[in-house]
Amino acid sequence: MKTFRAIASVVVTIAALAIAGARPATAADSIDPDADFKAFRDYFTKRFPNVPLNDFVNGPYSMDAELRKQWQAIDDFPPYDFAIDRGKQMFATPFKNGKTYGDCFPDNGVGIRQNYPYFDLQSGEVITLELALNRCRETNGEEPYSYVKDEMASLTAYMAFTSRGKPFDIKIPNDPRALAAYQKGEEYFYTRRGQLNFSCASCHVQNPGNHIRTEVLAPALGIVAAMPIYRSEWNSMGTMSRRLVTCNSQVRGVPLKPQDELYRDVEYYLSYMSNGLPVSGPGARP
Amino acid sequence: MRAWMCLAMTLFLAGASQAASTEADFKTALAAAEAAEQEAGALKNQWIPTEQALAAAKKAAAAGDFDAAVAQAKEAEALAKASIAQAKEQQTAWKAGVIR
Repeated sequence: MKTFRAIASVVVTIAALAIAGARPATAADSIDPDADFKAFRDYFTKRFPNVPLNDFVNGPYSMDAELRKQWQAIDDFPPYDFAIDRGKQMFATPFKNGKTYGDCFPDNGVGIRQNYPYFDLQSGEVITLELALNRCRETNGEEPYSYVKDEMASLTAYMAFTSRGKPFDIKIPNDPRALAAYQKGEEYFYTRRGQLNFSCASCHVQNPGNHIRTEVLAPALGIVAAMPIYRSEWNSMGTMSRRLVTCNSQVRGVPLKPQDELYRDVEYYLSYMSNGLPVSGPGARP
Repeated sequence: MRAWMCLAMTLFLAGASQAASTEADFKTALAAAEAAEQEAGALKNQWIPTEQALAAAKKAAAAGDFDAAVAQAKEAEALAKASIAQAKEQQTAWKAGVIR
């Protein structure tokens, strides 16, 4: 009897371990950006085997041939060109104290878009390009710009243009705060919100290539690469902040303030998922 | 006949007492709705229709239509509570959607 009990106990233990082992690991069980990155990339490349990897940065145009033709026709006279020119001029114009934006950035701010956002170990927060630009202005005694369009879109358009083709190179330092920011971004991306009960992933993971009304949904892979964008719907340029605010509104959720910590974290997460893909901004979208 | 008259009067009075919301009713309903919406805000999950219902409630109250004001405030409270429930459910449910 004693032997039977012992055998039964071992069997139960083995069964329990097998069940635990079979349970898929959840993101919250451990933070593993490398594993997330691989799973994320595999998901999109297997789902869309005919889309070349670098073409994912072209968003809906990588999903829909007709839309791509329209875009190629539009791109003969890109609607974001004026923003690049304006941004270039703004970038070179000194502040009242004589310094320029270039003084605030590595390599004078040229060809560095692919390194943003980054996790700043000193302040313990994610620094996006938009935030860095406004902090640069404030450090030099200037008023910050609106984060969603106009001047900010022009400045980031120029900086993206100088970085076109450079592969995203987002780093997550070995610091628990950086990992926490990454995970908060991931959580935000997958969390359903708003009266329509949509997450970012509802559209950009589960339904890329499908239509919502007349729009073709872009894949999440490479979705940050074209920022900032000229959207025909907006009839103007918009930044990453504008895109996030609009997404929240479209699912009937009250948007966070532009550059809220959670918005920066989700941009950090998505940019990390885009590592290796080329900067394509500024872009044009329907 | 008298019985019918009595019943009709009773129903009329009952209806009248239900319809006539007061400013105090509105204030109570608004306070409950705003408390719920504040909680949704702390969870960073407010809904636009909640804000719209709150605005409509205040507008109706300013116009002296307390029936509409109370109805809108109650609608706002219900929406805010739904957004709180969503946020709490998603605190763990989000993991189910993660690409693995």
